[in-house]
Amino acid sequence: MNKITGHYSHAYDDELNEAVDRLIRMGALVGEQLQDAIKAFIKGDRELASQVIQTDRKVNAQEIDIEEHCLDIIARRQPTAIDLRLIVGVLKSINDVERIGDQAEHIAKQLLDEDCQRPTDAQLEDIDMMGDKVLNMLQQALLSFQRMDPALALDVLKQDRLVDHDYGRILRHNLTYMLEDTRQITRGLHLIWVARALERIGDHAQNICEFSIFITKGRNVSHLTEDEVDAVVHDKV
Amino acid sequence: MKTNSTLKMKAENVRVFYGANEAIKGIDMNVYQNEVLAFIGPSGCGKSTFLRCLNRMNDTIDQCRVTGLIELDGQDMYDPRLDVVQLRAQIGMVFQKPNPFPKSIYDNIAYGPKLHGLASKKSELDDIVESSLQKAGLWKEVKDRLDQPGTGLSGGQQQRLCIARTIAVSPEVILMDEPCSALDPIATSIIEELIDELKANYTIVMVTHNMQQAARVSDRTAFFHMGEMIEIGSTTEMFTKPNNKRTEDYITGRYG
Repeated sequence: MNKITGHYSHAYDDELNEAVDRLIRMGALVGEQLQDAIKAFIKGDRELASQVIQTDRKVNAQEIDIEEHCLDIIARRQPTAIDLRLIVGVLKSINDVERIGDQAEHIAKQLLDEDCQRPTDAQLEDIDMMGDKVLNMLQQALLSFQRMDPALALDVLKQDRLVDHDYGRILRHNLTYMLEDTRQITRGLHLIWVARALERIGDHAQNICEFSIFITKGRNVSHLTEDEVDAVVHDKV
Repeated sequence: MKTNSTLKMKAENVRVFYGANEAIKGIDMNVYQNEVLAFIGPSGCGKSTFLRCLNRMNDTIDQCRVTGLIELDGQDMYDPRLDVVQLRAQIGMVFQKPNPFPKSIYDNIAYGPKLHGLASKKSELDDIVESSLQKAGLWKEVKDRLDQPGTGLSGGQQQRLCIARTIAVSPEVILMDEPCSALDPIATSIIEELIDELKANYTIVMVTHNMQQAARVSDRTAFFHMGEMIEIGSTTEMFTKPNNKRTEDYITGRYG
């Protein structure tokens, strides 16, 4: 990881590094939560699904803890320039990480609510593949933040298209099944909701990447096209 | 962000030498009307030296030589035919340590207008004293004791008295050299509020060691380092995304 260094106050370096470390730890916890949620849904493991829901409390507590740490830095250090952007980036990213936790919880609840027949292997395979992509996006988004690597962040932004594509495909398949056989509606809806949650997680991972570009490049890229972001990352603007 | 794009002062390739030592190494700068421009930088970077060039205060220092061009409203300020006393009425200065004259509050303000012949009768002088103290936000606090010595005021009040004294001769530009460094936080806030009000009528250039003060009060900020001006730009941009690594190191408290 690229440690923050160089301040006359080493304590300030430590405090900024601690903010990033805590975000990464929170992200890792949410990553596990998401992995468990997908696993629970696919395996039909209700106990694991309950654990996923329990984890949400820890995630929420970590969010508050990081927020307080950042407020403390703002109040006592009055950060500027890249330090200010870093603190704003952490404060905004924890919001997205927390939402990812909520979506993981939502996926777990689809299993617990399920009182219909299990999805077919092919349907579960679709969720599994989409889940892998989203998990990978989340892990790389956090890594881009930790390493302050805008090129990696850009790479993750580009991956979201594949996730959106998966979501569209799962939606279409299930709508077709539901139209053909109304008994499939409950199962189809659960699958669509899970896919929708994964698609949302991809968007949150994108946001984290946008903050990591904002920190390193000083430009807000959240409403730019892919080509425009590419130009910012490669200093062509 | 600058509030006005009318050019008030212009510096071109300004160099200042103390004997053989080059303290300012070729600075180009525009100062716009009604803006607050702050100079920041480490001690000895030349920011105060450059500020003093802007009203020819360096003229008084032996061995000090200024080259290059500095203009006020398109007029060369270093033109030998120029009346320096008149120039310093147009470009007032407020110093780090409040320095009221050992006279009454009234006389502190009235001294300049009398010197420059700005008032022909007592009532006109009274008006100038009152309006200057009003503009400096000091009138209410001192109106019943104008005959008392200026040195008897608190530090913050003395500094506002000095600002009122500067305003009294109707300057166009006010230079401030660390105007709050000898004041407590409340007196500092009052002066900062005052600067914000004054910029409606004056152009203000200030040197400050307090970066947060520059961030709070200025429209644009210039960063000086070892006699050079490294970067100048909008204060918001400077404090969120400076262009130069040396600026970033300085404002974030890093050793470069």
